[in-house]
Amino acid sequence: MKRSLLFIPANSPAMLQNADIFGADALIFDFEDAIHPLEKDAARDLLTHYLDRFKLNDMELIVRINDKTTPYYVDDLKRVVSLPVDTIMLPKTRYEDLIELDTLLHKLEKQSKREHPLSIIPIIEKAISLFEVEKIASHHRVTGLLLGGEDLATDLEVERSQEGTEILLARQMVIYASKAYQKDAIDTPFTDVSDQEGLIKDAMFAKSLGMTAKACIHPIQIDTIHDIFSPSEKQIAYAKRVLHAEQEANDKGLGVFSVDGKMIDKPIIERAKQVLKRVKP
Amino acid sequence: MPYASAGTLSSNDCLITVEPADSLVITIESIVFDAFGDQIERVIQDVCKQLKIKKMKVLVQDKGALDYTIKARLITAIHRLEGKV
Repeated sequence: MKRSLLFIPANSPAMLQNADIFGADALIFDFEDAIHPLEKDAARDLLTHYLDRFKLNDMELIVRINDKTTPYYVDDLKRVVSLPVDTIMLPKTRYEDLIELDTLLHKLEKQSKREHPLSIIPIIEKAISLFEVEKIASHHRVTGLLLGGEDLATDLEVERSQEGTEILLARQMVIYASKAYQKDAIDTPFTDVSDQEGLIKDAMFAKSLGMTAKACIHPIQIDTIHDIFSPSEKQIAYAKRVLHAEQEANDKGLGVFSVDGKMIDKPIIERAKQVLKRVKP
Repeated sequence: MPYASAGTLSSNDCLITVEPADSLVITIESIVFDAFGDQIERVIQDVCKQLKIKKMKVLVQDKGALDYTIKARLITAIHRLEGKV
């Protein structure tokens, strides 16, 4: 289960070399906004040789490519298919883009004899995408949805605020679509890296709505995100008691049982299982 | 004379400039030349051999780049030069 996803500009040797020491659950190597248009080729070459030199284990490796309206899209894809990464992050995703990407990936993966098909994390950052978000979440390659708050605000012609009122509906739509298909609901990054209190508030609010992870743009944000998106000791202990009590009830052939004086039913058992699934081994 | 560059002069990076020449001429300017000059030259030689390049002027301005960075920057610079000649 991912809690934190850290963006790393793919053309920065200093950032790449330290990428795996910060403890993020996933790394997003960026070919898009963090890379100047004249440096896209250099970023592809640098990431290729970095991944050839360093073996990164225990974390999901994601590449954010440039979107299909750019001249870099196909070159990005051809390169990513040859890399030892897990997932493509697709900016400004429309459902038709996803279908087109899936078809292209089938072809490229076959050509390159890639063993494991790439997953996709679409970025939901256009107003129009929100009207297709359920279809996008249902796609078999999609493992999670990332809300792109900054670009969405631009599309909505509004300013981003600390409270995030302007993206509340979008957050909820991304969450509902993700939950409907058991995919990760990944919250938009908090962009003021000097404001830890703001990050805590923003992440806690996102979690309270149902987000399961948060993207971040600086390593300093990782510990806070882990604290907030990991279950608490109390939640873990209660979940274990519920599952233990369920086992005992099953052994005795009891249909109903209670924990701490409270009747336990199926949704509570499911929630307990979800909590324990989110505990990092 | 066409030339092409790749990389930066930031820490952990290197700026590599290549241009056509009559033989392989490698010039290295590095903050760690005494310790790693030979190794940097070996990386450049290996990449050129791999790409079957025998004639080229290569200037490496190194700021403490690891081998993978030198290799990547050289390959990018060569591809950029190919697009110009």
